[in-house]
Amino acid sequence: MPTLTIEDVTVRFETKGRRPVTALDDIRLTVEDKAFSVIVGPSGCGKSTLLRLAAGLFDCTSGRLALDGETIRGPSADRGMVFQSYTLFPWLTVEKNVRFGLSLKGLPAERQKAVAAEMIAAVGLTGFEQAYPQHLSGGMMQRVALARALANGPKILLMDEPFGALDSQTRQLMQALLLDIWEKNHKTVLFITHDIDEAIFLGDVVHVMTARPGRIKKSIPIDIPRPRAMETLTSPEFMAVKREILALMHDEAVLADRSAAGG
Amino acid sequence: MALRDLLAPKSEIPAPVFLGLSLFAIATLFGGWCLLTYGHLVRPDFLAPPDAVALAGWKRLGNLSLLENIWASLSVIMTGFLLASVLAVPLGVLMGSFQAARALLEPITGFMRYLPVSALIPLLILWIGIGFEEKVTVIFLGTFFQQLILISDVSARVSKDLIDCSYTLGANRRQVVTRVLFPACMPGVMDNLRVTMGWAWTYLVVAELVAANSGLGYMILNAMRGLFTDVILLGVFTIGILGLMTDTLFKLLRRVLLPWSATF
Ligand SMILES: Nc1ncnc2c1ncn2[C@@H]1O[C@H](COP(=O)(O)OP(=O)(O)O)[C@@H](O)[C@H]1O
Ligand SMILES: [Mg+2]
Repeated sequence: MPTLTIEDVTVRFETKGRRPVTALDDIRLTVEDKAFSVIVGPSGCGKSTLLRLAAGLFDCTSGRLALDGETIRGPSADRGMVFQSYTLFPWLTVEKNVRFGLSLKGLPAERQKAVAAEMIAAVGLTGFEQAYPQHLSGGMMQRVALARALANGPKILLMDEPFGALDSQTRQLMQALLLDIWEKNHKTVLFITHDIDEAIFLGDVVHVMTARPGRIKKSIPIDIPRPRAMETLTSPEFMAVKREILALMHDEAVLADRSAAGG
Repeated sequence: MALRDLLAPKSEIPAPVFLGLSLFAIATLFGGWCLLTYGHLVRPDFLAPPDAVALAGWKRLGNLSLLENIWASLSVIMTGFLLASVLAVPLGVLMGSFQAARALLEPITGFMRYLPVSALIPLLILWIGIGFEEKVTVIFLGTFFQQLILISDVSARVSKDLIDCSYTLGANRRQVVTRVLFPACMPGVMDNLRVTMGWAWTYLVVAELVAANSGLGYMILNAMRGLFTDVILLGVFTIGILGLMTDTLFKLLRRVLLPWSATF
């Protein structure tokens, strides 16, 4: 059963004194249940806009998004999100951050603690429960953000370049950790990135997006077997897919450059 | 250590050097004062020497009048400041994050914050009289509108992602305000309360300008009539020391109440 459906979605931003921006143009996309779906595209192509629509943080100009057939109206704990920016609550400890969603639901404290402990262990931060975010590294903060989103038991996990601000070593560790967790729970994931390697390494399917207006240019299934590891990055299959995506994005970049020069 | 370390921007210097420089500044000021007065460079009714100020302080501590004046001023400042803060913190947080609150409050605040409070004193006397309430109102007016603007800036700077993230964790609007927006503002609120507390002290003399019969501002104004520069300086030093104490109290309070937030 497909989980998230994006049906003919268009988003136009009208800013006073500027030309309206068509951030998303007639996007049609199905995010399959239990699959790891990735959207890759250049920065400014509308990736975040699309993800925020799925989160219900604002409404599209036209079209419809639905989760399990139900039209998305507003945000909900059903759809967890991890942001690129650090969004931990600095006044809460790691444990309290992870419990935040559960405490909103009014779960008994014992249950909250148990779930938090489990999630913190899953992201490898056992021992840091009582630390405050200001004492954590960027990678650790994003792990807590992941644990916090997962603690709510969402139907789908939305991730907006969650490792974008991390250095490349930490980023690779985080990708491996994320896959590790995903292999265990097969949560439906919609992951966004501008990093092609990251997209192929993580995804069951990679949707390549183009800019101005934002469109899905092609959806490429990634048949590289799991579990994937560092060697995957240099395998011939990986290289073949990467070449294809690079070509798609290169065409686009050339077009965008020309239209920018012409306009 | 080399001189070049002292002159490099934002570089650390050893603690003893720091302390030494601080003491040097104080000693220079005090030395200058001694030189001017004991060296008979200025007349004593123009600038009283240190021992005269100490003596004035000793006498007024003995007959408790200094303590009475301190208490009178403290009660005015604290009442005015607390009333202003209790209103300005919630209103400022809302003003910074809700367009409607901003539309309601901004025009009035923008106008009031540049108005010298002393200009309003005639009206205050007409409306509230010349008692304790009038003095408290002066402090209130001097701090409230500044607090409102500063705290609304703090609130406006709370990251949109933090708010959005709370929604995706299942928070409703009310919970976003009470459980995310307000706590997120607290460090900035505390810093600005500390700053405006300092400003409240600067309004003290204005508050006690009219019909006061106690208070440090009154003590200073009264001493001026007889050119008792020793008492004037005593009042000035007392206000300075009390101001320093409240400032330290705020720093301490911040460290105790908001241990999670980095201080500098
Ligand atoms: N709130 C907004 N108002 C106006 N324009 C916006 C707004 N949000 C995004 N945009 C524009 O929409 C386009 C897509 O933005 P975004 O979704 O953030 O791209 P990406 O995440 O792929 O970098 C950009 O050109 C951006 O300037
Ligand atoms: Mg983005």
